[in-house]
Amino acid sequence: MSNTKIKIENLYKIFGPKAKDLTSAVKEGLDKEELLAKHNHVLGLDDINIDIEEQSIQVIMGLSGSGKSTLIRHINRLIEPTEGVVMVDNQDVTKLNKNELLEFRRNQTGMVFQRFGLFPHQNIIDNVQLGLSIKGVDKSESEETAMFWIDKVGLNGFEYKFPNQLSGGMQQRVGLARALANDPDILLMDEAFSALDPLIRSDMQDQLLELQKNLKKTIVFITHDLDEALKLGDRIAILNGGKLVQDGKPEEILLSPADEYVTNFVKDVNRTKVLKIKTIMKENIQSSSNSPNVSMDSNIESCLPLFLDGESVLSVIDDDKNIIGSVSREEVANILKRY
Amino acid sequence: MNFTEFFTTFPEMSKSGLRAFKKSVDGAYRQFSREYGDAIEAVFDPVLYFLIWFEKLLQNSPWIIVLIVFLALIYFGSRSIYLTIGSFIAFIFIGYFGMWEDTMSTVSIIGVCTFLSIGFGIPIGILMSGSDRARASISPILDIMQTMPSFVYLIPVVMLLGIGKIPGLLAVVIYAIPPIIRLTDLGIREVDKEVLEAADAFGANRSQKLFRVQLPLALPTIFAGINQTIMMALAMVVIASMIGVKGLGQPVLKAIANQYFTMGLLNGLAIVVLAIIFDRVSQSFGKRLQQHRQGSHE
Repeated sequence: MSNTKIKIENLYKIFGPKAKDLTSAVKEGLDKEELLAKHNHVLGLDDINIDIEEQSIQVIMGLSGSGKSTLIRHINRLIEPTEGVVMVDNQDVTKLNKNELLEFRRNQTGMVFQRFGLFPHQNIIDNVQLGLSIKGVDKSESEETAMFWIDKVGLNGFEYKFPNQLSGGMQQRVGLARALANDPDILLMDEAFSALDPLIRSDMQDQLLELQKNLKKTIVFITHDLDEALKLGDRIAILNGGKLVQDGKPEEILLSPADEYVTNFVKDVNRTKVLKIKTIMKENIQSSSNSPNVSMDSNIESCLPLFLDGESVLSVIDDDKNIIGSVSREEVANILKRY
Repeated sequence: MNFTEFFTTFPEMSKSGLRAFKKSVDGAYRQFSREYGDAIEAVFDPVLYFLIWFEKLLQNSPWIIVLIVFLALIYFGSRSIYLTIGSFIAFIFIGYFGMWEDTMSTVSIIGVCTFLSIGFGIPIGILMSGSDRARASISPILDIMQTMPSFVYLIPVVMLLGIGKIPGLLAVVIYAIPPIIRLTDLGIREVDKEVLEAADAFGANRSQKLFRVQLPLALPTIFAGINQTIMMALAMVVIASMIGVKGLGQPVLKAIANQYFTMGLLNGLAIVVLAIIFDRVSQSFGKRLQQHRQGSHE
């Protein structure tokens, strides 16, 4: 179990001039619709509590208006909370003064935006250097760093182009390179891939996972797309109407949805594609060695042909090809029956 | 006063009351200008010296050198050989018809007025864009400056500073500064919110946001404001000449008084030519500032 990097406690956000006075009413159970009807204030976040692990990808999901973009903006305090605590490395972000907050944003967080947020009047290499130049890093050093990240995201040769000369996917690579060039511990990604077409989106997801293997950043990823959430997330938190309705591993969300809202969310997902063998296998090292092997990281779908061929038990192996458990035909059938 | 009279004639203050009111305001202002006129005039001295120096520079340098410098500026501003050739022909005509010296006076006062308008207008525009309250209080003042007939504010300016270059300069700046203030404000307010949020997210402070994001992105709009300011300053040249500003306005004024049609037309055309040159150069310069918008992917 690794450490908690970001700890959000009892976070409330109400939009409107009398937000502070209305928090107690919200705490006593006034919901979003009533607050809007009676007081003309919008409830953004309602008692959010969430621990985000170091070096993990935490996905925050929800439909439009569920408060997910509001929540991510509390982590670097682009939005002021009405009440609550946002701890990053045991430091309360909500209590930082103006200069401390600037320093915090400069050094500890990087952000990627849905519509990229690139500077249209600057070329790619200058865009990537944004964070470094704000910090006042020496020009030659920051240029070198920028070149490294431009290369890393595969934009070699585009350094001196302007953002609008690039396609959407390429622009978002610039956005990613810009965030990474700053070398922050925390990467905030606000619907970073939502504006891209499906193929490029899938490409970017793969690239992000590939980068994360080495970078080990703490990534908070906002999306409204469940497939994206399941692909990227180590944990997934689901928001509805400003409330956190469930926070768990992808398989927990899929196999035991907390309420109807989450059930509706996950009902169309192809579980055999998403669930990995390791999440349903039984651990027993002395399983029969003559049954076929499947990798613990492959999905359930990949073992269906073997079962259809007549196998009743498969051995599960880890990355070093050691047998670590087994999975039976009945267990897989049970998962599928729950559709 | 009986009942029907109340409805047929507007109940106005008494003639003597009105006279006393006007007298006291005028008297107070006259008192004020007597006491502080010299001090206020002294404030404008540096501007006056600069204006005179600039005018003399343009008038006393050999005309051929001034012409070459102008054409070079026009070419580098517009990057258009046609405009440069056209300007060359226009200047030759101006000189040949004996309007060179007046044209130099006009160029110098327009130059200084534009410089002052930019120097004061852009900071005021930035201030306005930063706060809705500032905008709400400055906007009506700009409305007054643009719609008040210029003769009306010429009166107190002349009372305070007498007749001469500085009152003329003030009158021109008052008339010409509103567009640059408004368009600076507008340009900054129109900057994409997500770009600004990105700057925030990376820890940019106020001045970093202003100089790296807001002003560069507002620059094309600001340039449209500068263009408008120059055009309005030129439009004020004739009126300013009524209070002693030298230049192409004075012959026009003389032509009106004496019904010299040709003289009026020639000097009027010279003003038009200056306006067109200023306009085309500043527009194409402003356009080149938007280069990043060209060659786009869409």
